[in-house]
Amino acid sequence: MAMLGSINGVLMEGLDGDNTWHLKDYVARGGYAQLKRILETKMTQEDVISEVKKSVLRGRGGAGFPTGLKWSFMPRSFPGDKYVVCNTDEGEPGTFKDRDIMRYNPHAVIEGMAIAAYAMGANRGYNYVHGEVWHEYKRFEEALDEARAAGFIGQNILGSGFNFELFAHHGYGAYICGEETALLESIEGKKGQPRFKPPFPASFGLYGKPTTINNTETFASIPFILKMGGEEFLNLGKPNNGGTKLFSVSGHVNRPGNYEIPLGTPFATLLEMCGGMRGGRKLKAVIPGGSSAPVMPGEVIMDCTMDYDSISKGGSMLGSGAVIVMDETVCMVKALERLSFFYHEESCGQCTPCREGTAWMYKVVHRIENGLGKPEDLDLLNSVLGNIAGRTICALGDAAAFPVQSFIKHFGKEFEYHIENKTCLVPKDVQWAGSGFHKIPA
Amino acid sequence: MFSAETLQKFAREVAKYPADQRQSATMSCLAHAQEEKGWLPSEAIEAVADYLGIAPMAVYEVASFYNMYDLKPVGKYKITVCTNLPCALSGGYHAGEYVQKKLGIGYGETTPDGKFTLKEGECMGACGDAPVFIVNNRSMCSHMHPEQIDKLLEECK
Repeated sequence: MAMLGSINGVLMEGLDGDNTWHLKDYVARGGYAQLKRILETKMTQEDVISEVKKSVLRGRGGAGFPTGLKWSFMPRSFPGDKYVVCNTDEGEPGTFKDRDIMRYNPHAVIEGMAIAAYAMGANRGYNYVHGEVWHEYKRFEEALDEARAAGFIGQNILGSGFNFELFAHHGYGAYICGEETALLESIEGKKGQPRFKPPFPASFGLYGKPTTINNTETFASIPFILKMGGEEFLNLGKPNNGGTKLFSVSGHVNRPGNYEIPLGTPFATLLEMCGGMRGGRKLKAVIPGGSSAPVMPGEVIMDCTMDYDSISKGGSMLGSGAVIVMDETVCMVKALERLSFFYHEESCGQCTPCREGTAWMYKVVHRIENGLGKPEDLDLLNSVLGNIAGRTICALGDAAAFPVQSFIKHFGKEFEYHIENKTCLVPKDVQWAGSGFHKIPA
Repeated sequence: MFSAETLQKFAREVAKYPADQRQSATMSCLAHAQEEKGWLPSEAIEAVADYLGIAPMAVYEVASFYNMYDLKPVGKYKITVCTNLPCALSGGYHAGEYVQKKLGIGYGETTPDGKFTLKEGECMGACGDAPVFIVNNRSMCSHMHPEQIDKLLEECK
């Protein structure tokens, strides 16, 4: 089963797990009809982009930038190679939606990329796949073979004279490659270290050529937008937050998994769809958009709807739509310690504030967690994070600082208790009770 | 250095990129080289560099930057345990402790018979199936509770 639940589902509708990903199934669902229509009716590039603009589709990878606007930055008439690149380097902790799109509906990504390439005058594309998901990478390659054999990608597509060559590139374990310019460096066969912007990829991208990078879910939405029309897609969601979106729900809910719901759906509804809290425990906190998004206290998110604007108003960001749910048994110091370790481990080391700062943040949170915290440590953490955020080439530094800042802001008492009492506010014997893991035999 | 099959895989990867961009195939060639050799000795890195016509240091930079390349020998089965927060909330730490106890080794260690290496990994993008392991960079194992861990270890012959 692809989705554990959906409301007005679009992207993942009519799928039957591993049985319906092939080209013939996708075509039977109406797949590739939009690419065909665009090519046969010689729809103009402007009209395609204008339809995407109308949908107010916002980038599904994390930043939420309007896709149509991004596409309009490409210098369409620039001579020579131009690229579209799909970012399936899904490593943001909590996010696992693109993996399911690749597994169960890979042709929607291919058709979306082909339409994007047409609209932006690109002739080559790559899909950069997260290193850890080998089977999905292989499946995408199989889907590419099918699409190539059917003439939906390659030279002179459907006799239209439009050429688009598309390949898959497999990552090998580096969170930073989810950053678009690091991803380009990685495709070029180098270390994944982000580039300074400007120049932006639209003018200097892959191999120095104009390039547009979008997330997997963003591309997969394109055929459906063309099919139903931009306005109808927009109306599925709410103003400024068009369409449905996949939410990856992990942590302390009864049914963790992917859910496709219209943007603007109340968080409470999503929680209900997930079968509520595991063991009926109390909701403590939620990270609503992948680990880089600021944590929100449970009572705050219970009043929010799941869309870019509402979550932003609530003090966080919708990010990739990775909803990490934590119940009352979680020690927030321990939780932050793990996240801080992650950013320290994954900092590419290029910018000093991030390389050194993430190490210090981990070190200080680690010592608080282990009963060695000092009264001045919270001020120290705030000072370190203040010296990272906004002072680095890419957003990893900010992403590392947000959790620290928000955990201290909302759960400062737990940190102070830890420092004073050298132990957790949440009693050790109930911690992780919500994990659902069978007791380890002694 | 490499089997005909591996060289064929190299060629398939190189063909994905523009003719003057052979370096782009570095990552996938290293992955295939590691698949054949079990890890990446410096001779393998040099051979990949030679195949692609680029400097060995450029290939070494890639091999040392990305987590899934092994620059030291590993056991026949390399088991990577995700302990990142979403997995930890659903038992990632516990699963890690359990498999460490079963094998009698810690993270970064290999069993004396050379059969298993354990590693602590970062988010694998499968948090809904937590706890998750990956075996030999390829096989994602979901819902790794004690029974599943026992079964996995038994299947590793």
